[in-house]
Amino acid sequence: MNLAKKLSNQQENIKQPAAKDISQYFDFSRKSSTVVILIAILVVIGYFIWWLNIPFIEDIFTAGTITLIMTLGFQLFMGNSGILNWSYVGYVGIGAFASAIFSMTPAVKTMQIPTMYPFLINLHLPFPVALLAGALVAMTVAAIIAWPLMRLSDAVGAITQFALLIVINVMLSQWSQVTNGPRTFTLGGKRLTTLWVALGVAVLVIIAVYYFKESSLGLKLRATRDDRYAARSSGINFVAVRYCAYVASAFIGGLAGGLYSHYILSITAASFYMSELFMILSMVVIGGSMSVSGAFFGTLLVTLLRQFLRQVELFLTRSGFEASGSTEIVVAVLMIIFLIWQADGITGGRELSWRSIKRRLPSGSKKRNKVLKNKKQEEKA
Amino acid sequence: MNAQILLEFAINVLSMGSLYALISLGLVFVFGICKLVNYAYGEFITVSAYVLYFLGVFTGLPWLLVFLFGILAGVAVGFFSELVAFRPFRERSLDALLVTSFAVSVILQRLFQLGISPRSKAVPVPAFFNMNIQILGVITPLRNLLIIGTTVVLLTVLVLIMKYTTLGVAMRGASENFVTARLMGVPANLMISVAFIISGFLAGVVAIFWSARTGSVEPMMGGTPLLIGFIAVVIGGMHSLPGSVVGGYVYAFISNVLSLTLPSSLLSFRDAFMFAIVIAFLVLKPEGLLRGNYQEERVG
Repeated sequence: MNLAKKLSNQQENIKQPAAKDISQYFDFSRKSSTVVILIAILVVIGYFIWWLNIPFIEDIFTAGTITLIMTLGFQLFMGNSGILNWSYVGYVGIGAFASAIFSMTPAVKTMQIPTMYPFLINLHLPFPVALLAGALVAMTVAAIIAWPLMRLSDAVGAITQFALLIVINVMLSQWSQVTNGPRTFTLGGKRLTTLWVALGVAVLVIIAVYYFKESSLGLKLRATRDDRYAARSSGINFVAVRYCAYVASAFIGGLAGGLYSHYILSITAASFYMSELFMILSMVVIGGSMSVSGAFFGTLLVTLLRQFLRQVELFLTRSGFEASGSTEIVVAVLMIIFLIWQADGITGGRELSWRSIKRRLPSGSKKRNKVLKNKKQEEKA
Repeated sequence: MNAQILLEFAINVLSMGSLYALISLGLVFVFGICKLVNYAYGEFITVSAYVLYFLGVFTGLPWLLVFLFGILAGVAVGFFSELVAFRPFRERSLDALLVTSFAVSVILQRLFQLGISPRSKAVPVPAFFNMNIQILGVITPLRNLLIIGTTVVLLTVLVLIMKYTTLGVAMRGASENFVTARLMGVPANLMISVAFIISGFLAGVVAIFWSARTGSVEPMMGGTPLLIGFIAVVIGGMHSLPGSVVGGYVYAFISNVLSLTLPSSLLSFRDAFMFAIVIAFLVLKPEGLLRGNYQEERVG
């Protein structure tokens, strides 16, 4: 397999001298350019929107950035392991509720959720610590239950994760002493997840997810995705590798959940179920589940599309048509079309890197053609 | 008195179990042939239920014809969804199929919401369905006995078809090993179409009894039977048709026992317990209660 080859060549690649070219400043390790480009795009858009200072657009961007963190965490496990991870939104929910409980003041808690356990009421942490603590709770839950489930692949793996999502959802929606049961859980206070908070976390998560994928652990995981048996016979303990990725993915999910609850300020267990999962899944599938760039551009594209469709929907509803829900239909049809004709998404499963951009540029292709011509001439000679 | 409670319990388990057995059988037929866990199966049931609702409310057709059209609607939606959405993926990965069936399910749900109504509609049921009858001192609605009878008849017919017709033998061959069956001259498209048609047919039958029990139809109603089907299939064994039937009855038994024995404070967590059992089965006994003849690699 290609990946197995890569694994063995990894050591040699590092020792190779860097190409002496102006572009080496952008190409400082072909791998890092992806991260730089993605972060640059995000920060430039974010800065521009902050400068525009229109609350409506700022809200869309902040929500979109939180969704980006969710999709990146989802891609971390699903993209690299090839297992459809339904339970992911469950961890997002756990993170959302846990961090909200940590950050709310005891006075607000007694007022909003009178049924809550006394020891939870007295817990109070500052927002950044609460965010981390919420993510740690989600991670701990994943760490406790995930080990035996990691053996299961394909349809069985997917059904297990599906069952797990339902277990988590029932817990979230029925445990009145913690999550206020099926009723709305209102955080009170002002919105703590601002544009810059979401952006900052997203930058960190892009770095983490990308370097996880490129690390030896990520490489091993991708090898198990491509061929379980070949990977196993190369000495990869696929349960352990999957376990690490799953737990890490739950951590990022929890983080995104915490940001979400401090952005939206009132949550219910139903906000972390099928429709949320469908949204994340559609982004990852349309962008290309195998690469971080895929998750990034999928989020960008689907968020824009959804906002556009929502406006159309609102317009139609105002002019008297019943149109609510048509956004999901369009996205679902688009997803099926992508799966049929472009199963690896718009990125084709590859990462966007400086080299891939250069290849597209006219000067780059000229140079490449020259090299190719020279080679051909050499062959002829 | 005790014997009466026991009989009541038995009737409940048998009638619910029969319904669940039909649900899981519909799932397993498709899973057996093309290894697709069909998330859109619940929506097949919803389509049939809507047809029952429309014909029952807006036309004066006799109920037998209404039922027939309801079942036909299930067959049609099964057949056409396979043709449009699943056939292009035949050679693709299982994950692509799974994601597609999820997308099909979302599309159908939203279409019901848009085209019909997001609120639930009352489905007319023939009067004799809800007529109470008395057996040995236990009072139960007639539909509970009807579903048991229907299931027995359907299962007998299916067993006869699967055992003694060429089509049945080909189907069994294809579900054991699709590639080898094709090499033996079994037409792949036909097998998959038939699997979806049978699945749709069972969905139609389920829709009749499901909507008779709940009395209504709404866009999201497919969710619950789908989940029940999942549990039953996993418990019984995903690779065996009899296994899925057994799974349906076992599920009904466990769920009734849990309803009776769980303290009321934990009763709202019943679904969590059921799915924890599913996870335990998948981890500890992945082949289910009944093994199929052919075991595909499932662990690892």
